[in-house]
Amino acid sequence: MLYRIEKRSDISKEKSIGIRALAILLALITSGAFIFLLKLNPIDVYLSMLDGAFGSPYRIRETIITAIPLLITSLGLAIAFKMQFWNIGGEGQILMGAFFASFIALNYPDIPKPILLTLMMIAGILGGGLWALIPAFFKAQWGTNETIVTLMLNYIALKWITFLQYGPWRDPDALGFPKVPNFSPNAILPKVFGVHIGWIIALILVVLVYIFMKHSKKGYEIAVLGESENTARYAGINIKKTILVSIFLSGSIAGLAGMIQASAVSKTLAVSVSGGMGFTAIITTWLAALNPIFILVSSILFAALIRSGSFIQTAFGIPSAAASIIQAMILFFFLGSHFFIKYRITRKTSAKIAQGGE
Amino acid sequence: MSTENPYLKMEGLTKTFGKVIANNNVNLQVNKGEVHALLGENGAGKSTLMNMLSGIYTPDSGSIFIGGNNVKFSSPKDAIDAGIGMIHQHFKLVDVFTAKENIILGQKQGGFFTNNKKMGQGIRELSQKYQLDIDPDKKVYDMSVGEKQTLEIFKVLYRGANILILDEPTAVLTPQETTKLFKIIKRMTEQDCAVIFISHKMSEVMEIADRITVLRKGQTIATLDKDKTNPKELTDLMVGKSVDLSIKRIETPKEEIALEVKNLSVLNEEKVQVLKGLNFNIRSGEILGVAGIAGSGQKELCESIAGLYPVHEGEIIFKGENLVGKKPAEIIAKGVTMSFVPEDRLGMGLVASMNIVDNLILKQYQAQKGFLINRKPAIAKAKEIVKRFDIQTPGIYHPIRDLSGGNIQKVLLGRELDSNPELLITAYPVRGLDINTCHKIYDLLNEEKKKGVAILFIAEDLDVLIELCDRIMVIWDGRVSGILDAEKATREEIGLLMVGEKSDKTEGAYAI
Amino acid sequence: MLTISFFSAAIIAGTPLLFATLGEILTQKTGNLNLGVEGMMLMGAVMGFLVGFHSGNPFLALLAAMLAGAMGAGIYALLTISLRANQEVSGLALTTFGTGFSSFLGQSLVGQVTPKSISNFFNPIAIPGLSKIPVIGPIFFNHDVFVYFGYLTAILLGIYLYKTQKGLNLRAVGENPGAADAASINVTLYKYVHILLGGALCGLGGAYLSLVYVPAWQENITAGRGWIAVALVIFAVWNPYRALFGAYLFGGLDIIGFRIQGTSIQVSQYLIDMLPYLVTIIVLVFVSFKKSQEHSPPKGLGKPYFREER
Repeated sequence: MLYRIEKRSDISKEKSIGIRALAILLALITSGAFIFLLKLNPIDVYLSMLDGAFGSPYRIRETIITAIPLLITSLGLAIAFKMQFWNIGGEGQILMGAFFASFIALNYPDIPKPILLTLMMIAGILGGGLWALIPAFFKAQWGTNETIVTLMLNYIALKWITFLQYGPWRDPDALGFPKVPNFSPNAILPKVFGVHIGWIIALILVVLVYIFMKHSKKGYEIAVLGESENTARYAGINIKKTILVSIFLSGSIAGLAGMIQASAVSKTLAVSVSGGMGFTAIITTWLAALNPIFILVSSILFAALIRSGSFIQTAFGIPSAAASIIQAMILFFFLGSHFFIKYRITRKTSAKIAQGGE
Repeated sequence: MSTENPYLKMEGLTKTFGKVIANNNVNLQVNKGEVHALLGENGAGKSTLMNMLSGIYTPDSGSIFIGGNNVKFSSPKDAIDAGIGMIHQHFKLVDVFTAKENIILGQKQGGFFTNNKKMGQGIRELSQKYQLDIDPDKKVYDMSVGEKQTLEIFKVLYRGANILILDEPTAVLTPQETTKLFKIIKRMTEQDCAVIFISHKMSEVMEIADRITVLRKGQTIATLDKDKTNPKELTDLMVGKSVDLSIKRIETPKEEIALEVKNLSVLNEEKVQVLKGLNFNIRSGEILGVAGIAGSGQKELCESIAGLYPVHEGEIIFKGENLVGKKPAEIIAKGVTMSFVPEDRLGMGLVASMNIVDNLILKQYQAQKGFLINRKPAIAKAKEIVKRFDIQTPGIYHPIRDLSGGNIQKVLLGRELDSNPELLITAYPVRGLDINTCHKIYDLLNEEKKKGVAILFIAEDLDVLIELCDRIMVIWDGRVSGILDAEKATREEIGLLMVGEKSDKTEGAYAI
Repeated sequence: MLTISFFSAAIIAGTPLLFATLGEILTQKTGNLNLGVEGMMLMGAVMGFLVGFHSGNPFLALLAAMLAGAMGAGIYALLTISLRANQEVSGLALTTFGTGFSSFLGQSLVGQVTPKSISNFFNPIAIPGLSKIPVIGPIFFNHDVFVYFGYLTAILLGIYLYKTQKGLNLRAVGENPGAADAASINVTLYKYVHILLGGALCGLGGAYLSLVYVPAWQENITAGRGWIAVALVIFAVWNPYRALFGAYLFGGLDIIGFRIQGTSIQVSQYLIDMLPYLVTIIVLVFVSFKKSQEHSPPKGLGKPYFREER
């Protein structure tokens, strides 16, 4: 062995950012190889992706609208991930939030707008939160693997919405088309600067979640519990309660995203309200190292990728799945780059002599 | 004994981890048929050296010769093939496997399937040759520590080892099991094996070793014949300066009983009783030591007093008040502090990725009012503790994971002592520390004792317990098997009580 | 409803689950948790179909599926073993990649049907003698070769794990890599080889869906089966023989919604479709509160192993 792996004792901020940037660059180059296979010029495609995401005020608005649910759901996931609770049930929590909110919207269409929207938000928060409580309860009680339970609950939520859409909630006026009736105008979120008000909610949440994670007692308890259950117990933290509270929070934030999507984007309940955001949010949350401010950045980046993915589909006839390949590539290289931040590979030479033998 | 042509020769070995030099130009020579002790404090580089010999670490520079041949190990496999067998402090056994499965693990000559007769015969022959008792079909998780160690030794002999390395083998054994182990070691040297015995316990080294090599701060200090040296010289070499090894037991006036535990029973998650009616008390200004085989109920005892473990039956009376049923935070507020240093040091009490400030908050944030945490008082405390305990750290905002073991433990103990406790429960506070730091910690405990703090001190080293404590409580299988006056107690007596055998000299199970 | 034809169909529906579950058992026995099963199945499904569609050769198709699954597993292995990345996230990333990869390559294939030469190859073959046994015969021994290959794989994997030296070594790697390393087992090599093999099996599971079960290409053809397979590993307590039972049970749950239509039972198909997912949760909860030494996950599961770490 000529080379050996050595743990770095510290690394400068610039160097670690540099390694990360290199990772993204390599991800783009590797994805470029896929594009090249389609006999297209990757640089043209990337430029047009940029154009598709930010090329006009309309496109910027669309990117922001895509980023909103992604950002909100990511913030929710960050709380769960901090506790090392692998909540991959964002999809289901979004859907159930949308379902609860829709229940209010469809049954009380004529209440004054501010009250109706507030009620819908509360319902959405409850819907997502309660749905997340199911795996949290099993985890707290018996240590049941939450990864799979949250995932299975996604499918169950999806089937449930499909059932409503085809069955009890089907719109009789839709000429046989299986859809839920549209919301009344009172149940639609207003717009500010041409984008629905969800962007303001999202920005407020960034601040709130940041304060919660860094400065609140619960946030501290979650961090301790995530690192070591023994230490948490030792400090007198009520483990079961902490799991239940934090996962309820995690799910309720996703549920709020569901309410926003149903109210402002699809204007009704549909299986498309989640649109894979629950999964993409896992990536954006992880890439941002669970930091709410970085989540804001990663969510906009991934929203741009999603928008540009559908743009290049029409412009070049590239499958929109190319965008999810690029997403995965960025994640792969980011995961791999972590190694080079933590370790250094050095050539084997006789080490220089110094004191200290701990 | 001839040192002209040693069987094993290690020359100029150097190994670094990051900025830390664990071994610096180390030399060691071992002959066939001898027990060669490797003596040094924790962190002196003993384990690093042996890990290089057994192929787990690759040296940065230096060479190893076996029987005159230069060998280069890039994996444990190479070392095993060269006849080196390492018995690790933490056993390298697969719990869900049987003894036999552990023995044949990784073997090549057995063929494709595992159930062949040749191997069973080999196991029988070997166990007769060395008189090692092995039940081939017993699962490891059903074995006692002594049995596991015998299996480990058997495993390396089966692989044809003739250089055996025992890394702190007695740390987890009772005095009786240690005697048994020493007999096995003698038999191995009679069969012309070379045995390297790693320890920091002077008494054992003097008993078993033929020659002794002392390491300090990653360097070889000296190699001596046992007959030509003495414990005092060895200790001085080990520590690097003349040290006073005695631990003072300070006399304090007999004060009131601070803690009284009556008939304490607890059940574990499987509803098995792990504490079976404990009775004892501690006075203010007294150190009550606790001795016992690992897993006899030490952890459960600490945790039930601290309110972390559900009490099934019994009372824990602290200053006239029953603590049973109180929340951990309430118990902390009453002046009870508990620190438990687990084997991995960080598993309990500290959060590795957090800095000193956030680790100090752990015990006090619940007393703060409101939704948010105020870190200001903790920041001041952190600066103070770093100064008072001389903690080596790049700063109070540095993750404690990067600190050395001794400094991490100082953070923990600093936090506990800083709360001005009236009852201090401390388990294994010197685990893995060098002698000087150990003594600093004993001094700290004595200081607290002088202040009138009642101290429950759980430790592995019987000599320390005997020298430091006022009384020693021995627990075995969740029971108190005896409470001894430390001044009159002997290792043998404690050893017998640790395995549940009554001696006549005990004060009885419940003494005031 | 619970007729012989239902049970026979349950075996067919369970076969993709079986391969994926066996693949993940093999992977987890090395101590690595690969949550990318869904991704590897999709990669196998699309590559198998693509090669089968263009070549018409079933062997080439299966080989391509295995290679695709192994390639996915290779990315995962590189990240988690050599680059020491987080296992959970690496697996999730693999699923994202596999999903994108399959829709990317599969876009031009949507709606295409498996070529005749391949579907003929996978026609049911009654096993002489065995298929004549009443009830058992028609349920178990009147299937395509792929199903039989599933039986064989499960049994061979069981023998490998529990009866051979290599299997013993592998289990040690998953239980206690430090002990395996000290016993001169090449931990890294064992992990790589078995994770790649596991990926190949997942790829085969995917190919069964696209080549035999559907048999045509459709977007997201696995529909969450990869995740059910991950749950089935726990259900089967890491035992290949029990995986047989679990996979076929869930195969039955998978088709029950379809079968129930046209019967007198008045329940929406969408609600019945929840069953496999619901049962998975119930099973997981049930498994989690009865723990034992023998029937528990490999002790090293999810934890990375580096020899020189200190």
